[in-house]
Parts: sequence; structure tokens; C-alpha cells
Amino acid sequence: MTYNLTVSPDFPPERIASWFVFNTWLQKKLGVNIHLELYDDFESQHQAMEAGHVDLIYVNPYDATTLVREKGFEAIAAPQGVSDEAVIAVASDGGIKCVEDLKPGCHIASTDDKDVHMMCMIMIEPADLTASNINLSEHPNYVIVAKKIMIGEAQAGFFYKQAYEKMSKVIKSAVVPIVTSQISVIKHMFLVSPRFSEHKEAIKAALLDMHNDEKGRHIVEELGFDSWDEQTQEDTEFMIDLMDTLV
Amino acid sequence: MRDMTEDDVTGDFTAHHLTYFDGTSRRVLVTDEEVPFPEGKLIVSRTDPTGIITHCNKAFVEMSGFSEEELIGQPHHILRHPDMPKAAFKDVWDTAATGAKWHGYVKNLRKDGKYYWVYATVISNVRNGEVVGFASVRRKPSRTKINECVGLYKEMLAEEQSS
Repeated sequence: MTYNLTVSPDFPPERIASWFVFNTWLQKKLGVNIHLELYDDFESQHQAMEAGHVDLIYVNPYDATTLVREKGFEAIAAPQGVSDEAVIAVASDGGIKCVEDLKPGCHIASTDDKDVHMMCMIMIEPADLTASNINLSEHPNYVIVAKKIMIGEAQAGFFYKQAYEKMSKVIKSAVVPIVTSQISVIKHMFLVSPRFSEHKEAIKAALLDMHNDEKGRHIVEELGFDSWDEQTQEDTEFMIDLMDTLV
Repeated sequence: MRDMTEDDVTGDFTAHHLTYFDGTSRRVLVTDEEVPFPEGKLIVSRTDPTGIITHCNKAFVEMSGFSEEELIGQPHHILRHPDMPKAAFKDVWDTAATGAKWHGYVKNLRKDGKYYWVYATVISNVRNGEVVGFASVRRKPSRTKINECVGLYKEMLAEEQSS
């Protein structure tokens, strides 16, 4: 039997190889066959989720909500000390200094990342901006979002904080943050499907112990964090409750 | 909850006597100073089914002026400002108890008598079909909405006091 692993498409592209290395490590640890399938966009990932083609997933909070509440997935681990945050950025020479400088009718560029969308929509509320009085355009990636701001087609952009921070110095000097979320409690996590439940305890033990040997530590660091923390069902339920308050 | 004293506040203040839904009461001292909501942050707290605070995040601690130790175990109405009408809070609990989400603008009282406005959402935490508590998440409110609420809450308060 082969299980399917996937990763939320918002991970940085330079980590693709690291996820393949992780999958090789995981298969050896558990002694099971796991196929890693990386989707180009959220739509493709959602189709795979709907079709039942996902058994293990490193997932963003928005999709975790659906998988846990509607598909019976269980959270087992989350990266230590890493939370999902968002940035609203504008042209550095455009005269917009704070969210309240954005006015109804403004053009905002974004991606299809629903977590980022949710966090940024909250951050524009103090300016009396809602989905009904802004012009929101969706783009394939954050570099294009930044470009839309640089050429003046958008007055602001919604960014995943990690993606913004990894942009070039040129882009970051032309497109600057006006507000950054500091929510802290919303984060990516590793979920397993009911079909994978017989291996749940084994994978949890493997992930939580991963940083304790040199090879495992190196692999997890290549994924962008230091170690995995246990994610209990209650941790997950509470995070989902919080997400519910934000939508 | 202990009564506030002159040592808690700085500058001019007014004293009020608040009676809560559970029959307890407290003397609070309030000043006219607003503390702005921190950009990008969420204030998160959690209570048991009776409204006793069981969890609060760092932003809650910072904005309330209390320490975490002072907040845990206290009723959530420790934050109640005398400018808030009772009917607003009744609506919060009545709505959340049905499992529905409550949204609204709330003026909160700090330990030092200052105040801060929030846009609050309250939901029930349901586990295995049972309400095990409530979570409240507060975010930065729109100034336009606050201004609307100032007038509305004044009218509601006047009505409560005259009845």
C-alpha cells in the first residue's frame, strides 16, 4: 500500500528538494511507502483533498480546518516557534503610510492563499474596508503581487510574511509593509488521514524525536524550522475555534 | 474582584459602582485616556462555561494592564467599562450559549482606569457536542464604527438607568 503526502503550496520553492529528502527519511523511519505529490496551487491541492488522494499533509490553518472538522484528519505535530503571519505592503513612494490611508475603491493585489487573505482582510477593517468596497485581484504568486504595486496597478498587496521576507532587496525597498500581523497562534501543522491512523503514533514519535539525531536535525532545519512540537487534538480544535472567529 | 483604589489610576478619574449579572459588584475608577489597539495583533482569551478566564495571550495581558496571574481565575467582566450597557453583554452570552458567533464593538476597562476599544468576536468551544467554554478574539476596530457605538451605547445606558 502506498500513502500520499503533500505540502501546502505556500512553502518557499527552494524547499522542494527538502520535502523530498524528508519523505525519504519518513519512509525509512516508518517502513511504509509514501508518495510525495506537490501541487502548484491551492486549487489542485483542494481537488486532491476532495478526491481523497491525501493521507499525510503539511497544511496551512485554513485547510486544516476543513480536513479536521469535515474529513476526520488528526493533527500530530507543528513546527516549533513558527506561526503564520501576513503583511500588507504598499509602494514606498506612494504616500500611503498606514492602513487608514487606503480608501474605498482601492486596488489590492493578492494570491489564492486563504490564510493570508483572511488575516489581511482583518487588518484593513480599521479603514472601513471590506470585500464589498475594494477591488481585489488574485495573482499566481507574491512576486507578481509586488510587481502590481510597483507598476501602480495596485495600491496595496497581501503577502505571506515569510514570502515577503524572502523577496529581493530591490522589491523590498520598493514595496514596504504598513502593517504586519502578530497573531502568533495560527500555524501550519502536520495532519494524518483516518486511512493512515494505524501509523499515527509511529509518525508522531518519529517527528517529535527528529531533531535528536544529526541527520534528522539537518532535514528538519532544511524545512525551515528547528524541531516539531506535539500538536494535540485540543490545540488544533482551539486554533480552529480561533479561525472561526476571524471569518 | 477587588475594588479599584486611587492608587490604581493616574490623573483625573470618575468613580462608578458596577453590579454584574451574578449579583457581585465592584467600585471602578475610570479616566478619559484611550490606549490605542496595537497594530496587527489579536487579543485572545478563553473562559470556562461560567465566564471565568482560563487562558489569555500576551496581547491581552499587555492591553488589560493586569498580569497573567491576576487575570486567570477572574470573571471576564473584570474588563467591563461603565460606559458599556448591560444589554450588550447579555446579548453576548445569550448568543454564544446558543452556539452562534457574536460580534460587536466593546469599550474595555484597563487595570489603570484607562480604556481601549475592540471589535470582539465570541464563540463557544464545543467538544463532543458539549460547550466546554468560550473563546473571545478582539481585533482593531474601525474608528467610524466606534463613533457610532459611543452614541448608541449612551442611549442604551440612559434607557437602562431610567428603567
